[in-house]
Amino acid sequence: MSTAIVEPALPEPEGNYLENGYSLRSWLTTTDHKRIAILYAVTITAFFFMGGTAATLMRLELISPTPLIMGAETYNKLFTAHGVIMVWFFLIPSIPATLGNFLIPMMVGAKDVALPRVNLLSWYIFVLGGMFVIVTLIAGGIDTGWTFYVPLSTRYSGTQVVYGVVGIFIAGFSSILTGLNFIVTVHRLRAPGLTWFKLPLFVWAIYATSIILVLATPVLAMTLVLLAMQRVFGLGIFDALLGGDPILFQHMFWFYSHPAVYIMVLPAMGVASEVISCFARKPVFGYRTMAYAIAAIAAFGFMVWGHHLFVAGQSLYASLVFSFLSYVVAIPSAIKVFNWTATLYKGSITFEAPMLYALGFVGLFLIGGLTGLYLASLALDANLSDTYFVVAHFHYIMVGGSVMAYFAGIHFWWPKITGRMYPESWSRLAAIVIFIGFNLTFFPQFILGLEGMPRRYFEYAPQFQFLNILSSAGASILAAGYALPVLYLTWSIRHGPHVGRNPWGAKGLEWQTRSPPPVENFDVPPRIPERPYDYDPEAEEAKRK
Amino acid sequence: MSVNADLAGRRANDSESEVGLWVFLASEVMFFGLLFYGYTITRMAHPQAFAIASAHTDVLLGSLNALVIFTSSLTVALAARSLRLGAQRASFWLLAVTLTLGVLFLAIKCYEYYGDIDKHLVPWGDFALHGPLAGGERMFFFMYFVMTGAHAIHLTVGLGLLAFMLAGVGRGAYTQKNTEAVELTALYWAVVDTVWIFLYPILYLVHRS
Amino acid sequence: MALPNSAAPVSYPLVSLPVAATPYAEKVEGLFWAVTGVCTLVTLGIAVAMTYFCFRYRSGAEVDRTLPDLAAGKSRSRRIEATWIAVPFAFFLIFFAWGAKLYYVYDDPPDNALQIFVTAKQWMWKVEHADGRREINELHVPVDQPVKLVMTSQDVIHDFYVPAFREKRDILPGRYTVLWFEPTLAGVYPLRCDEFCGTGHSMMTGRVYVMSREAYSRWLASGSQAPSLARLGFDRFRELGCSGCHGPSSRIHAPSLAGVYGQMVPLSDGSFVRFDDGYIRDSILQPARQIAAGYSNDMPPFAGRVSEQDLLELTAYVRSLANTSPNVPQGNHLQ
Repeated sequence: MSTAIVEPALPEPEGNYLENGYSLRSWLTTTDHKRIAILYAVTITAFFFMGGTAATLMRLELISPTPLIMGAETYNKLFTAHGVIMVWFFLIPSIPATLGNFLIPMMVGAKDVALPRVNLLSWYIFVLGGMFVIVTLIAGGIDTGWTFYVPLSTRYSGTQVVYGVVGIFIAGFSSILTGLNFIVTVHRLRAPGLTWFKLPLFVWAIYATSIILVLATPVLAMTLVLLAMQRVFGLGIFDALLGGDPILFQHMFWFYSHPAVYIMVLPAMGVASEVISCFARKPVFGYRTMAYAIAAIAAFGFMVWGHHLFVAGQSLYASLVFSFLSYVVAIPSAIKVFNWTATLYKGSITFEAPMLYALGFVGLFLIGGLTGLYLASLALDANLSDTYFVVAHFHYIMVGGSVMAYFAGIHFWWPKITGRMYPESWSRLAAIVIFIGFNLTFFPQFILGLEGMPRRYFEYAPQFQFLNILSSAGASILAAGYALPVLYLTWSIRHGPHVGRNPWGAKGLEWQTRSPPPVENFDVPPRIPERPYDYDPEAEEAKRK
Repeated sequence: MSVNADLAGRRANDSESEVGLWVFLASEVMFFGLLFYGYTITRMAHPQAFAIASAHTDVLLGSLNALVIFTSSLTVALAARSLRLGAQRASFWLLAVTLTLGVLFLAIKCYEYYGDIDKHLVPWGDFALHGPLAGGERMFFFMYFVMTGAHAIHLTVGLGLLAFMLAGVGRGAYTQKNTEAVELTALYWAVVDTVWIFLYPILYLVHRS
Repeated sequence: MALPNSAAPVSYPLVSLPVAATPYAEKVEGLFWAVTGVCTLVTLGIAVAMTYFCFRYRSGAEVDRTLPDLAAGKSRSRRIEATWIAVPFAFFLIFFAWGAKLYYVYDDPPDNALQIFVTAKQWMWKVEHADGRREINELHVPVDQPVKLVMTSQDVIHDFYVPAFREKRDILPGRYTVLWFEPTLAGVYPLRCDEFCGTGHSMMTGRVYVMSREAYSRWLASGSQAPSLARLGFDRFRELGCSGCHGPSSRIHAPSLAGVYGQMVPLSDGSFVRFDDGYIRDSILQPARQIAAGYSNDMPPFAGRVSEQDLLELTAYVRSLANTSPNVPQGNHLQ
């Protein structure tokens, strides 16, 4: 049974942000961070289902080792679309632009972000970038892979590379502006008395993510400019025929794309800390260590990009350095997993949907992270690089990790955002179905990688078929699992029971205000607690008796 | 006015936008940094080709532009300072001079590009330089056009900002009590100038090192 | 000609790992199992801890939830945290060092390695043995003999991946990359392109045949009577005019190519470079970039005048001069 406190709707003194204008125009010209968060949420959900459709079609095809429902070109376009959409148009914006936008101002006790109009602009830029990508897909797609390695993407691909790259370039500005906004907000708009070490870890996580957004995304932007110039004009500094260096592109690309994975995972870690401490009714174990670990991950994340180039022709000495640093960056992540586990110790634990997703996050992130240790090793990576082992590794982190945490956050803050509670039984069912489906989809892929199945293979050796069928079966279960929240969350907007300010009994400034919050977030200035996560499990137990 | 009063005025105007602009400037460092990195790696692999190709740039026009933009950086800094000190008219005219110098920079740049095209230095298509090092020479000019082009785009945005500031100072929207926008514009212009300080030697002076 | 049976891969239900066909591959397997052992323990440990805590401390369970008081609790947590930072770090150092050492030790091919050229193109493998024998999508090598592949691409980036050897290396256009191995287990092993190279990427597969000594000699003998790569290279060397300057009777001051392969040679700017396949290739295409010490920039560049095939043959010829002396009439050492 959920312990959520569901109160009947009381007559409220003023309106809330959802009632502040019902027209489409009021939404499209809003500068309210909460509405912008919802605009982003709707947009990225659409992209999620586009990317997911591509994946579904791929997994259907992979049931057979020989062509089944499509040709090689279509398959290559599908995995490119899947990667481009999921990375840039779902994962990178997901938690920061939706939950981050909604919550950061409230968590620091402010009325809005520092630059509200820039915030709206960032959404429009995002949509514009997305439009380019959709046009590209309609115009026949791209078949280079989301990594655009040269000279395949500059000289040998006949597809709409430039349009796609322009779309990603544009969307990058959305990332930069979002990151910039959060940095300024956290620096300048904290309520009096709210020092850094009283901030929730979610704020730390979004702040660190914002630093990466601001520093890494420009590198991608210019890399794509150089790529596009070379493609359009037929020559450039990556061109081996001129004496240029194709590996230079890889260095530039991964200098952004490795920190990008930390953009995708740090916010998830922030959500996990919020949810686990709430449903264990216990302060996060080792708060300061957790905060420092977030900073360490962001910093070291910039120093490991060469581990994507171990077999690419990079010098042995550079590879040694990158291998070592890749192990170093794993340490703060390991610390976080241990600390989340320790948070459960002597807590008072309940298992609502957010908690199920958060616990799932910890387990799946653990497996994903541990398999990263194989790839950080030079000798093991030379075998496993570019095989399904890598595919499984990053899906464990990005889907088992980030997407699960995103769902945890959506469910946890749903009552705050909408003022309604979602149906608990359906949500738990979905969490379990997603967990099972996910593992069935991706665990066999570790084995496929060890068996020597390369990634991006449209046809494969017959002995790989059984595990591919298992993986595709898992994907269908996963797809069903993802469909459920769409249905019941939408249902709950109209029909879910109304909730009061704090249905979960959670700490954090956002829970002091109404659900849904007023336009300016707080009717009265929030009360700053002595310490973050001021939970008391013993008191909670006593209360529940 | 004393230095202390000057500083006090600045601290009072310290704001979110300033933090924002420093963060934005950090991202600009990364934008251009990537291009400098690409240039450096390519030049290390093709030192002679870069030296020879660089000799074909118009060092006269490049140096003239350097002079123009360094001067404009001085005038915009003075414009911001004048505004802080209350000298509204001086600020207005200094901004006007900066804007003019900025436009002059672009004009010289356009003239220079015209010349480059005329001399067939555009690496795509009919390229003037032949011989064994032509590959590296083409790559030099590839970076030349990409980097000066990126700089010119940033400079044009700066011109827009300057025009806006000029209008604002002119009609009294920005005054001694409200210097923030002008200060931030000056800061942005300083960055555009700094990028040129690095671009100029690596593009025009390679053969003279 | 009967080929040896494929060595049976290690099979478990659902899992069929490729055999480890080289001593290096076996060592990599050893590291793999060690890492797997530790990771499994950690995963189980965390899973058990989480499950146990969730069960024991579930809401409604009557257990002691008193946390130690603030001061004692802080120092205890610090010690716990220090432990679970130090222990993983120690393991990571071991994993790093083990993998790095293995990779480092096996980085340089031995001097007696059999050199074979591989040209990758969309979407096939072209293999050329030193004796001129060519193969498409197949590579025959003898067992217990180090083999060094010198590889280049005619178009995009490819990757030569043999799971049984636990190795792969990207193949780049405009450059040579090297992969070496010494298979000790005869068999037939899959070769797969492992860097996405376009439409036919998944079809770019082949086979590596590791043959016993007798089988290999029979295979060699039954091969085509094509001239060796070095012989073809010698013909090209004369046709292109290289012997005009580099031959022993030349009066042009040009560096001798005999007896220098594999050595460190001085350059005019004071640095040293190894006289290997990559250097030979670069010197033919753009000689001005690395001029030998004591010589001037007189060699014309051959970029645009030689094909990849010419380059392979010329390289093979110069390599064949490794143990000859400058004054011997060139070509005598070739069959």
